[in-house]
Amino acid sequence: MIPTPVETDHPARPRGAVIRDALGVGVTVGLSGFAFGVTSTGSGMTIAQTCALSLLVFTGASQFALVGALGAGGAPLAAAAGALLLGVRNTFYGLRLSQLLGLPGAARPFAAHWVIDETSAVALAQPDRRSARLGFTVTGASLYAGWNLTTLLGALGASALGDPAAWGLDAAGPAVFLALLAPMIRPGDVRRRQEPAVAALAVLAALACVPFLPQGVPVLVAVLAAPAVLALSRLRHLTTGGRAARRRDEGEI
Amino acid sequence: MVWAAIAVTAFGCYAMKLLGLSVPAAVLERPLVRRVAALVPIAALAALIALQTFADGHTLALDARAAGLAAAVVALLLRAPFLVVVAAAVVVTAAVRALTG
Repeated sequence: MIPTPVETDHPARPRGAVIRDALGVGVTVGLSGFAFGVTSTGSGMTIAQTCALSLLVFTGASQFALVGALGAGGAPLAAAAGALLLGVRNTFYGLRLSQLLGLPGAARPFAAHWVIDETSAVALAQPDRRSARLGFTVTGASLYAGWNLTTLLGALGASALGDPAAWGLDAAGPAVFLALLAPMIRPGDVRRRQEPAVAALAVLAALACVPFLPQGVPVLVAVLAAPAVLALSRLRHLTTGGRAARRRDEGEI
Repeated sequence: MVWAAIAVTAFGCYAMKLLGLSVPAAVLERPLVRRVAALVPIAALAALIALQTFADGHTLALDARAAGLAAAVVALLLRAPFLVVVAAAVVVTAAVRALTG
């Protein structure tokens, strides 16, 4: 859920503007911890387990994936593996942030916990290091506080609701994933034809595996769609000699 | 066992975040590595959407959840905020379930 980047035209941004942007993102997204709290307890997690996930994992997509897989009866390790696959992108945010923020070694273990979609989006949109550090810290602090508070409220509220399926709460997970996926795909963009292909192949592979594999494993098979599509398009470029296209595909993220 | 899954996920997610902040950029900034890393979450998210919408145990099912997902698509196309997208899916799923009960 990377929000619209803030303006980057100004060489040095006033602190007030950075804080305002950061709080806007942190508070709004922090509120969606409520959806996680409700979904997690609805999937059969206890309130303590739900809160532990938001406190210790603190990356929404992985949390939703884990409780969804466990709630469907998946094996714990397969469920965890699916959740970890979604956490890979935070490594690449960290790479970018590390250069931008210039953190001393002792600060890294603390900053690392807040390296997620939203803090990266706010920090990377800042034109200078001071603003980036401020944006990262304010977004991280407000989102962490909000996400954990609303997780608890959602978990407490859900236990009062009774059957989560009657309230349609099992549809929250897919909607969260869809909102995260949409900005990554952009189907109209001809330079990014691999993204929709990977998504489509992953859907087909996952559904085809459902009757045959244990819960939680189909998503692991589906992830192979990423290297498969890359290998296929490299093969096609090699056979057609499309060197420019190959360079383009490799050079973009 | 649920706690074990939580512990593995928490440790693994934290380790991946710290790794990004700690390794020299050149190690992971190879074009192919970046490309795979950009596509893996797309595959995982797309698969999870399909599984949590259409899988029911070991069978496939077209039920109220599909209507909820369609509502989320419409909300996204209308550029609705994140929470509205989720709420649309939940409300429509509950409504369809109540009507078809």
